[in-house]
Amino acid sequence: MSDFETRTYAVTRADLVAYAAASGDHNPIHQDEEVARSVGLPGVIAHGMFTLALVARYLGECGVATEDVAELGGKFVKPVVVPAEGAEVTMTGSARIDGDATVVAVEVLCEGAKVFGPRGAQARLRA
Amino acid sequence: MGTGSTAFAQRFARFDLVDASIVGRSFPPPAPFEVTEAALADFAGSLGQSYDGGPAPLTFPIVPAFAAMMEFLAAEEIDLSRVVHGEQRFSYERPVVVGDLLSVTLTVATLRQIGGNDIVGTTSAVTDADGALVCTGTATLVHRGVEEAER
Repeated sequence: MSDFETRTYAVTRADLVAYAAASGDHNPIHQDEEVARSVGLPGVIAHGMFTLALVARYLGECGVATEDVAELGGKFVKPVVVPAEGAEVTMTGSARIDGDATVVAVEVLCEGAKVFGPRGAQARLRA
Repeated sequence: MGTGSTAFAQRFARFDLVDASIVGRSFPPPAPFEVTEAALADFAGSLGQSYDGGPAPLTFPIVPAFAAMMEFLAAEEIDLSRVVHGEQRFSYERPVVVGDLLSVTLTVATLRQIGGNDIVGTTSAVTDADGALVCTGTATLVHRGVEEAER
């Protein structure tokens, strides 16, 4: 098991608006406080896929090549709530050998809570 | 869950539940999606990165996959604002590159109904212009029921 460096990323509502435009995901829960609250959410939340895309960015910054990733995924257990003043997520990756492949688990924290469960977002690298 | 009559009343109140008959159904793919340098630049830019050539970001296949999901939601008359993403996984055959013409076939794999919510499992096969598999996306979508949200 080897750890990758911890990195912190700022997330703003402007980022979510840009991501919505780039991804086609215009779900208003990612932009409109009133709509988010009306469906029982605590406020505007980041797209799960925005956060998973940040995990992919983190992996790249830790030296993992896109071509080497066989699988990437995660279970969204806690939304990243993005208030008007913005939020921060902190990522820490750790690599382990699983059979003949390397699996990198990335723990993502927002306000001290795990965003992906139970063992973080996971990337399986090609053997 | 309470008595049979309570369950009966709840059943009738749950007018917006997804019908179980959708399990196993595939939805016709939307028009093929052309991967352009501009699309990759916009996607990377929204994540605070710049696209400098090479393969698309790992989660980029969600763009055509999301379009396919929207077709499914429209067919089932599901309101997007009541949907949250529970889980997403990608399995890659090869990286996406500029010039790819991607088609996505979404299949509803599983459906569970828990606490007035629909938990929908989907599988999206992303194929290129030659029909070869590029990647497979599996998603869990949580459709929040009306009473659950407004209680």
